[in-house]
Amino acid sequence: MTTMLDPAAPASPTATAPQRVTQARVVRSEWTKLRSLPSTAWSLLTTAVLVVGFGALYSMVRVTRPPRQPAGVASFDPTTISLSGVQLAQLAIGVLGVLLITGEYATGMARTSFVAVPRRLPVLWGKTTAFALTTLALCVPATFAAFLVGQSILAAEQLDTTLDHPGVARAVLGSALYLTAVGLLGLGLGGLLRNTAGAIASLFGVLFALQIIVGFLPETWSSQISRYLPAPAGIAITGVRPDPTSLGPWTGFGLFCLYTAIVLGLAAWQLRRRDA
Amino acid sequence: MIEVRGLTKRYGGKVAVDDLTFTVRPGVVTGFLGPNGAGKSTTMRMILGLDAPTRGSATVNGKPYREHAAPLREVGALLEARSTHPGRSAYHHLLALAQTCGIRRSRVDEVIDAVGLRGVARRRAGGFSLGMGQRLGIATALLGDPRTVILDEPLNGLDTEGIRWIRSLLQGLAAEGKTVFVSSHLMNEMALTARHLIVIGRGRLIADAGVEELVAGAARNRVRVRSTDPDALAALLRSPEVAMSHAEDGVLTVSGLSTDQIGTAAAAAGITLLELTAQQASLEDAFMTITRDAVEFRAPTATGAKR
Repeated sequence: MTTMLDPAAPASPTATAPQRVTQARVVRSEWTKLRSLPSTAWSLLTTAVLVVGFGALYSMVRVTRPPRQPAGVASFDPTTISLSGVQLAQLAIGVLGVLLITGEYATGMARTSFVAVPRRLPVLWGKTTAFALTTLALCVPATFAAFLVGQSILAAEQLDTTLDHPGVARAVLGSALYLTAVGLLGLGLGGLLRNTAGAIASLFGVLFALQIIVGFLPETWSSQISRYLPAPAGIAITGVRPDPTSLGPWTGFGLFCLYTAIVLGLAAWQLRRRDA
Repeated sequence: MIEVRGLTKRYGGKVAVDDLTFTVRPGVVTGFLGPNGAGKSTTMRMILGLDAPTRGSATVNGKPYREHAAPLREVGALLEARSTHPGRSAYHHLLALAQTCGIRRSRVDEVIDAVGLRGVARRRAGGFSLGMGQRLGIATALLGDPRTVILDEPLNGLDTEGIRWIRSLLQGLAAEGKTVFVSSHLMNEMALTARHLIVIGRGRLIADAGVEELVAGAARNRVRVRSTDPDALAALLRSPEVAMSHAEDGVLTVSGLSTDQIGTAAAAAGITLLELTAQQASLEDAFMTITRDAVEFRAPTATGAKR
C-alpha cells in the first residue's frame, strides 16, 4: 500500500467524456451491480433449480400414482404438474427483488448510488429493467426445461402433453412472466419500505396472507373477492384449463402487473420525497 | 465552490443543523470541524442532495447538486462509514458507478492504482480493513475527476502513512484549483492539512476563518518559565491581563506576556531563569476554547431568562 498520488501531477489525465447521466447508462450500471454480487447469482440459481427440480420431483411422484378413475384422468393436468416448482421459486425471486434494494440501504451503498445519480429515479428504473431482463432470461429457459423434463417423466405412463396443445405454451411462458412480475413486486416493496424484514414480510403477506384473510369471509364474498387478489390473479396465467372461479389468464396477469406497477410507483414517489 | 445559505435541518423537534451559512472556495483545503454529533455529516448530506434541508439552501458550483447533468464531474464524495456493498469487489463497485455517466473503464483502473488497491481490487469489499475501505472511498471520490471533493472523515482508520498520503493528496487537489471540503474531529490533523476552517458545534457555526487566524485569535499563547523562585516571579508578573498557573515544581505557565517581557522583568528583579519557552497553542486548544465559548454564551441567557 505504498502507491501514492504525486500531488504535483494532476490526479488524473483529465477525463474527456461529457459524463452525463442517462437512463441507458444507469441500466448498464445496475446490470453490473446485479451480476457482481455472488448472493444474487446464488438466488437466481436457486430459482432455476427450484423451477426445474421441484417440477421433476413432483412429476416423478405423480407418475407412480397415475389416475385411474375417469374424473381423475379428466382433471389430470400434466403442464401444471411439471410447473409446480414455480410456487416455490416465486419466494426465491421475490426475496431477491427485495434484497436488490434493501441491501443497498442496509449497507450505505444507496447513498453512493444517489450521489452518482442524484435524481434517483433512474436508479429505480435501472434496477427494474436490469432485474426484469435478467429474470426473464433465466426463467423462460427454466420453465421450458421444467416442462420438458416433467413431460419426459410423465411419458412413462403416457400422461404427458406437448406445447402445441391449446394453452400449454402460454402457461409455460406465463410461468416465467409471473416469476418476473413477483420479482418486481419484491423490488417495489423493498424500495417502498427500505427494510429487508419488513419488505419480505409484506411480500409474503401480499402473496399468501391476503388469501387466508379473505378465506375467513362468508363464502359468497370470498369467492368473489379472492380472484382479484394478487396471487390468484397472477397465477391464472400459469394454468392450462380455464378455471371458472378465477380471472382469465391474461386478465389476471394484467391485474397482477397493475398491482406491481402501483407498488413501484409508490416506491418512486417515496424515493423522491424521503431523505436517503 | 460550495455555498451554504441559512441551512437548517430538523428531525422532529431536534435541530441537527441550525441556520448555517458559509462558503467553501476552490484552491485551498477547507476543514470542517466539530465534535461528534455537531451536524457535520448532516450538512454534507444536504450539500449532496441526499437529505432535504428544512430551510435554507446549499449549492455546488452554482446549482443545487441534484440539478447537475454530469454529477460525478462536479462532485466526488467519500461518505461516512462505508458506503459500499460488502459483497461486491472494489473493481465492480467503481465500475458500476463509472457506468452511470459513461466514465471509461480504464479510469477505474487508474483510480484503483492511485489509491494503492490494485492487489485487492477483485476481492469483496466486505473483507477490507477500515483503512482499505477509506482508500476505496477516496477512489470513489476521484472517479469522475470532479471539480469539488467532499470527504466525510477520510482520516478515520488510517495509519500514519495513510494520513500523510491523504494530506498530500488533498493539498495536491487544492493546488489544481479544486474545491476540497474535508470533515474531521481530529483538530491537530486538520491544522496540518487545511488552510481554512469552518467550525460548528451543536449544528451552529462557531468559526469560519484561516487556520493561523483561528489559532491566534482563540487561544492565547502561553510561556513556560522555570526559575529558582517561582513565587517571587509570580508576584512580580501579576496583573489583570495575565493568567498564571503553577505546573510542576518551580514551573509557571504564563499567558498574556511574551518571553521578552518575562525575561526582562526577571532580570530586573534579579530572579534567575532556568528555562523560558514560548508554547504555541495547538488547534486543539483553540477548538476547545471556541467551543467552550459557545457553551458559555448560552449559560447566561438561560439564567437571565429565569430572573
